[in-house]
Amino acid sequence: MTDLTRKTAAELADLLAAGEITSVQLTQAHLDRIAAVDGGDRGVHAFLHVDADGALAAARESDERRAAGQPRHPLDGVPVAVKDVLTTRGLPTTCGSRILAGWLPPYDATVVAKLKAAGLPILGKTNMDEFAMGSSTEHSAYGPTRNPWDLDRIPGGSGGGSAAAVAAFEAPLAIGTDTGGSIRQPGAVTGTVGVKPTYGSVSRYGLVALANSLDQAGPVTRTVLDAALLHELIGGHDPKDSTSVTDPVTGLADAARQGASGDLTGLKVGVVAELAGEGWQDGVMTRFREAVDLLVKLGAEVVEVSCPTFVHAMAAYYLILPAEASSNLAKFDAMRYGLRVSPEGVAAPSAEEVMKATRDAGFGDEVKRRIILGTYALSSGYYDAYYGQAQKIRTLIIRDFQKAYESADVLISPTAPTTAFRLGEKLDDPLAMYLNDLATIPANLAGVPGISVPAGLAEEDGLPVGLQILAPALADDRLYRVGAAAEAVLTERWGGPLLSKAPTLEATL
Amino acid sequence: MTTTTTTTTTTTGAETLVPFEKVLESYDPAMGLEVHVELNTNTKMFCGCPTRFGAEPNTQVCPTCLGLPGAMPVVNGKAVESAIRIGLALNCQIATWCRFARKNYFYPDMPKNFQTSQYDEPICFDGHLDVEVDGETFRVEIERAHMEEDTGKTTHIGGTTGRIHGAEYSLVDYNRAGIPLIEIVTKPILGTGEKAPLVARAYVAALRELLLGLGVSDVRMDQGSMRCDVNLSLAPKGSGRLGTRTETKNVNSLRSVERAVRFEMSRHAGILDAGGSVLQETRHFHEDTGTTSAGREKSDAEDYRYFPEPDLVPVAPSREWVEELRATLPEPPAVRRARLQQEWGFSDLEMRDTVGAGALGLVEETIALGTSPQAARKWWLGELARSANESGVELTELPVGPAEVAAVQKLVDEGTLNDKLARQVFEGLIAGEGTPEEVIEKRGLALVSDDSALGAAVDNAIAAHPDVADKIRGGKVAAAGALIGAVMKEMRGQADAARVRELILEKLT
Repeated sequence: MTDLTRKTAAELADLLAAGEITSVQLTQAHLDRIAAVDGGDRGVHAFLHVDADGALAAARESDERRAAGQPRHPLDGVPVAVKDVLTTRGLPTTCGSRILAGWLPPYDATVVAKLKAAGLPILGKTNMDEFAMGSSTEHSAYGPTRNPWDLDRIPGGSGGGSAAAVAAFEAPLAIGTDTGGSIRQPGAVTGTVGVKPTYGSVSRYGLVALANSLDQAGPVTRTVLDAALLHELIGGHDPKDSTSVTDPVTGLADAARQGASGDLTGLKVGVVAELAGEGWQDGVMTRFREAVDLLVKLGAEVVEVSCPTFVHAMAAYYLILPAEASSNLAKFDAMRYGLRVSPEGVAAPSAEEVMKATRDAGFGDEVKRRIILGTYALSSGYYDAYYGQAQKIRTLIIRDFQKAYESADVLISPTAPTTAFRLGEKLDDPLAMYLNDLATIPANLAGVPGISVPAGLAEEDGLPVGLQILAPALADDRLYRVGAAAEAVLTERWGGPLLSKAPTLEATL
Repeated sequence: MTTTTTTTTTTTGAETLVPFEKVLESYDPAMGLEVHVELNTNTKMFCGCPTRFGAEPNTQVCPTCLGLPGAMPVVNGKAVESAIRIGLALNCQIATWCRFARKNYFYPDMPKNFQTSQYDEPICFDGHLDVEVDGETFRVEIERAHMEEDTGKTTHIGGTTGRIHGAEYSLVDYNRAGIPLIEIVTKPILGTGEKAPLVARAYVAALRELLLGLGVSDVRMDQGSMRCDVNLSLAPKGSGRLGTRTETKNVNSLRSVERAVRFEMSRHAGILDAGGSVLQETRHFHEDTGTTSAGREKSDAEDYRYFPEPDLVPVAPSREWVEELRATLPEPPAVRRARLQQEWGFSDLEMRDTVGAGALGLVEETIALGTSPQAARKWWLGELARSANESGVELTELPVGPAEVAAVQKLVDEGTLNDKLARQVFEGLIAGEGTPEEVIEKRGLALVSDDSALGAAVDNAIAAHPDVADKIRGGKVAAAGALIGAVMKEMRGQADAARVRELILEKLT
């Protein structure tokens, strides 16, 4: 049965529809795989919580619907993993933080509700940097996730758990969230596909906010078509999210199928001058240039575009994000849910003392660092100089994009400047860690969609490299058309899906 | 003066109070009134929870108003509508585009540890409300009216102050969290001199009347659906400057508004006369003594780190909608007063007294139930106003309403009661002795209408005053008064004087 875990979600959907497999078989196969490779000292540790009973119960119901000829969705019965930043009714939701240890949400995030309504069994909740702050998943309070390509390396972050789960064949599909690259960068370093949809096109209701104006949930998969199918399922207007757009999220799978035919004649591809150069790993740049050449062979016209304000994107991002986060995280005060710590040596602590002790014990260093940054940036007298200026940069970045899209249909760059680094390598150097998101952050600031597709392996270390494709807001279909074309031509170049070259993980338990 | 924040004293302690009349010899008062009004929408400001007053604690809550991780706000359209109608009634400009902001501070009754409130972009601004005191019209300029959400309600158990300091534990009811509030802020009210306390009271009364007329709030000051903060400062007479202000919080009756202004004027003058300076701080008002005491110090250093709420889109009411709402406004209070005065035939003085006593609506309702305008005015401004004043409550808070007044007056009109007996009936009603009929029954108050009993009393009176009887027989009908008095005395007032007069004249002419 284990070969079921190697199939794409689209293939599994076909097998289910044909009655050749059941959802229970499929779900059990993935639970077995999780049990084999996820735990122990050398396990992938993609999951913080596995819900075997819940997933199998959902699988049985799905099988009953199939038997009755009433599937709810083509993906009905295909299991999925969910990043632990989305609320799941009755299932632990920790956001990778000690401060939410033991919290059982009383409600489902809209994305989760849509998955359930479509009949996808939820395998469990995936690991992440605490409150999605990080690029390596090392900031999880529950220990890091390991990269299935090399267990001593990081799987990217913050959504390293979702990417690693998919890369390690523990789940065919996963949900991630992307605030500055947390879907795309893990996708790049694990050889998987990750999409950050247009801001507002997937509901944020139930997504525990890191930075509300930047956060966006999206699909994490092994193929572009799977991403399109999952994206269509979770997208669409939600009256519970005021920032949700009303445009329908459709035509993505069609765009992926069309793109897979490999003809990009007439497409203008813009290479962003600012997203390359010094500090970019040679092997990454080699794979990127090779991908550009392959797109040209498919008929695309390549133009160079300049987005001069991108050089300030990182600075603006690290003001806006901490500002919003410092306010969002204020609610974790031990008064209503989650961790509660009493200060030592205080007989009858006040509410304020309990808040302080809980927040001191419950938040990790990176979270505290950003709360302090954000609090400072919003302080009276500094607001205009920091938060206000950052918002102006944001406006200029949006203009850079608008101008670039006048001469190109999509923009491309490497997803991340390097391949996966070693666990611990950048943990003591926050700035080096932040630089990993250099190429992904502009899309979040502008609200435009982006995808990362595997571009091959870097020569110097044999690790995956990601190709990032960016499109104008609400033109997510272009990501799928170009992404699927690139995927097809690169699969041919590498003689099969990139993940087939990843090490087969031994059972760790 | 005391600067401790935990003082419980309700006496004036060491403070020197300058008699009110003396204050005005040296100082000009400036006032600023901030009125919070709970809207009577069916649901909360940012979620669908019901707003019913008095429900079991924490039964009208959801992820959004509890501030659970992941939950998001959605603006209540009805609340925006009410806000605009209030703004229009206050002659305000209505913003074409405005946002909510986050006001960040930690407090256990704040589910998110920030309050979602409008800040520098209020929906209504630059209006005015004219109020009348002793025939003089004062224009109160409105700076802004903005939307915000209420916090939870904390009850501190144990300790002596009922405040959080010194309490053993606190109970929080989040039913109130998220109730829509409109905060109406005046510009500094200057030039009111000795009338300052009355202008403050008249403003709140007029605002209350206006809001009642709009039907947007219950405006029950006793239930907290209308709460007033009184800012007051004194400046040397004629200086044209503004002194240091204090903000007296939660002044929750019209009478208290007047008393709070009066007390703070006397207290400030005491400090300034002694060469001291007024501390800018929050004060608590004590209903029982009419005094204020120091609350927490309020300094401009308090930093709420406001920034635009990223989970909400801007509120941009179209001009068409604003004009539609303008058309729904009820008759403005001043126009209504002029109309009623004419309909009722009241003199200017009668009308002014009626409005000043806050009895306009009560008189109107009483008249609508069939009572003559003069009779309605007589009861509300006479017996009932006296009674309300004695027990320190508003007219509307008396257990006697328009229905009771109309019923009692009907009995007077029918000859069952006279005015003197009617006053006793009101006394009984206020003492809670039941319906008018029950009070009459219990107290034996009905007039004696039995002519034989009256006739006997008349005979006795004639026999006792033969000289008076002779005068009447001789044509001096006016002398009958002495005999009527004697009969009424014998009947202990329970006789219809007109009928007694008829009987006397029948017997003697």
